Amino acid sequence: MPETPTTPRARRMVDLSSPVVWAAAALLALLLFNAVVNPGFFAVRIQDGHLFGSPVDVLKNAAPTLLIAVGMTLVIATRGIDLSVGAVLAISGAVSFTIIDGSSDPSSPATAAIAIGTALAVGLVLGVWNGFLVSVVGIQPIIATLVLMTAGRGLAMLVTDGQIITAESPAFTWLGRGYVLGLPAQVVLTLLVLLVVAALTRRTALGTLIEAVGTNPEAARLAGVRSRSITWTVYVFVAFTAAVAGLMTNANVSAADANRAGLFIELDAILAVVIGGTSLAGGRYSLTGTVLGALILQALTTTTLTMGVPDEYVRLFKAVVIIAVFLLQAPRIRAALGRRRRGARGVTSPDVPPTDAAADDVRPLTPAQAANSPTTAMPDAAPSPTDQGVLR
Amino acid sequence: MTVTDTAPAPAPQRPGRSAGRSAYAWLRRTDTGSSTFSVLVTAVLLVVLFGAGTVRYENFGYPQVALNLLVDNAHLIVLAVGMTFVILTGGIDLSSGAVVALSTVVAASLLEKGWAAPLVIALVLAIGTLLGWAMGAAVHHLQLQPFIVTLAGMFLARGLCFVISEPSIPIRDDLFTGLAQNVVELPGNTYLTYAVVIALVVVAVAAFVLHRTRFGRTVYAIGGNEQSAGLMGLAVGRTKVAVYAISGFCSALGGLLFSLYILSGWSLHAIGMELDAIAAVVIGGTLLTGGSGLVLGSLLGVLVLGTIQSLISFDGGLSSWWTKITIGLLLLVFVVVQRVTTRRRR
Repeated sequence: MPETPTTPRARRMVDLSSPVVWAAAALLALLLFNAVVNPGFFAVRIQDGHLFGSPVDVLKNAAPTLLIAVGMTLVIATRGIDLSVGAVLAISGAVSFTIIDGSSDPSSPATAAIAIGTALAVGLVLGVWNGFLVSVVGIQPIIATLVLMTAGRGLAMLVTDGQIITAESPAFTWLGRGYVLGLPAQVVLTLLVLLVVAALTRRTALGTLIEAVGTNPEAARLAGVRSRSITWTVYVFVAFTAAVAGLMTNANVSAADANRAGLFIELDAILAVVIGGTSLAGGRYSLTGTVLGALILQALTTTTLTMGVPDEYVRLFKAVVIIAVFLLQAPRIRAALGRRRRGARGVTSPDVPPTDAAADDVRPLTPAQAANSPTTAMPDAAPSPTDQGVLR
Repeated sequence: MTVTDTAPAPAPQRPGRSAGRSAYAWLRRTDTGSSTFSVLVTAVLLVVLFGAGTVRYENFGYPQVALNLLVDNAHLIVLAVGMTFVILTGGIDLSSGAVVALSTVVAASLLEKGWAAPLVIALVLAIGTLLGWAMGAAVHHLQLQPFIVTLAGMFLARGLCFVISEPSIPIRDDLFTGLAQNVVELPGNTYLTYAVVIALVVVAVAAFVLHRTRFGRTVYAIGGNEQSAGLMGLAVGRTKVAVYAISGFCSALGGLLFSLYILSGWSLHAIGMELDAIAAVVIGGTLLTGGSGLVLGSLLGVLVLGTIQSLISFDGGLSSWWTKITIGLLLLVFVVVQRVTTRRRR
């Protein structure tokens, strides 16, 4: 058995108890539904060398949420949470637009560079603050970031003096509405960040270290992992993504509204992460899942809007779908689903590999056994991003 | 360190220096991690803030200004009471602001259709309780995180608001307007609204339930250590579900009081009110990890928030956003102090 090589990817294809599979199925169902109900949904046309159409819209509108969700995934993987991203987003937008608005030459690249640089620096400082509260002072993440969530919008209003600041700058126009190789600049930037994060955490040991911190910070520290630095870093990183998202969303409308910008985006980002199958209990994360989660959320909105569902029902519809996804992910319900599958295969003991496992299932060993004995399977399971469905 | 450590509250022999000494000694002897002490700190803060306002602004000292703290925040008091129950078990309820909005919308739209007011009130309270119960059941039976469950509840409640009515609906029902406009006259030409009376009754009932009933003790036990509580044979599941139902009920009642306060129902009412409630509970000295805290503290926490708001509106020169910044700072101070005192206790 063990000589049959199975990559995590091969396992993911069949592992029905993995939340990522469910998320992918949900997204697929949504898209199929669109294809049937509204055949024009997938029509992508090229105009002036740029792509237009509903799918592109979904990608573009999902970009800021996805960007923050990527940072949020890492935070949640360390068993934390960051509620302040919406406030950081608002502050970043407020700072950059106040600088452009106040400069003598708003359209010069130098002004734009200063504005962007300052906004990102402010974002980093706020992240350092959150990280300090969580990792050094030792305050519960939800409360530590609640402080900035409450005060942050006030700070943003302080910067803008309570006004909605409008400003035009070529760099910001590009950031908000520009295109790179036919794709919206926001999408390209988000993909870039996603790829860097994926490479840094999945091609090095960093991802495993983050998961170790999330599983048990104290054990990780005793094992030689710098828990404190890692925790601190993920909070700085998520604030950075929020600051970038702040530049994007405010540039998109060429205005900074301290009150409304990024309202509830922290909830959307957390939802995207959770729908993607990353447990709030920390210790495991899936970037693929987060991407799917963010796309599901946006596709849901776009679908309801293009279907002509009255505006009032969009929120209710979204809420019902989200609740359905959560219920599917509930440990008890998933355990029940898993039990039925295992029962059908007639596996009784983790020590005896199922004789027909290879026939009806590509996975020869680990996941099936893991599903049977969660306690013993934990240490030797591969740190695949998608395995947590089996283990939890 | 010195003899004063163990000396039983020495009488001040040399005033001045030894007053500081004995205060220090008292602090050393007192369990600064206890919930009584936290509530005391909040009470002192409230008095200091209010005193500062009286000194600084000439009209701040009127008794009615103090009573207005209750009048303007009656709904938040009820909300904070419900939140206290949930936080004491170590959970959190993010849905309360949305349930307030839902309650105002349901009440306003049904009253507009000519339903009898008592029936509407009963229905609103039932909806809130049912929603809370469902969330509690999801938390306990499906082992989902309270944060996520109540987040979903928040989306659901707001979604329902929009389905029922998007524009704001005025409330013109006789019973509601009567309750809103008639006041309880107090000596000294001051008054309280009926909403305040209801809110104070809720606080009293909650304090009784938490300290004088088996249910209340179970709530504290779950917050202290859920597993131990279960092993001791306490009804952990039933209590956890009930706590969310109570919070749902309080949110609905808070919504009714809020609709009395502004006499309209709107789906965008009370955005972020759950954060105010959580902040009030934390400032009131309840530990977010659960197991320690008093309802009285939450009441004082709401009053502290109200005092900050009045201070800022009395000043006139300060913009409204200073409220948020100050509340954030206050929250920070309290959370850090909580952290330090609980660490010392260990």
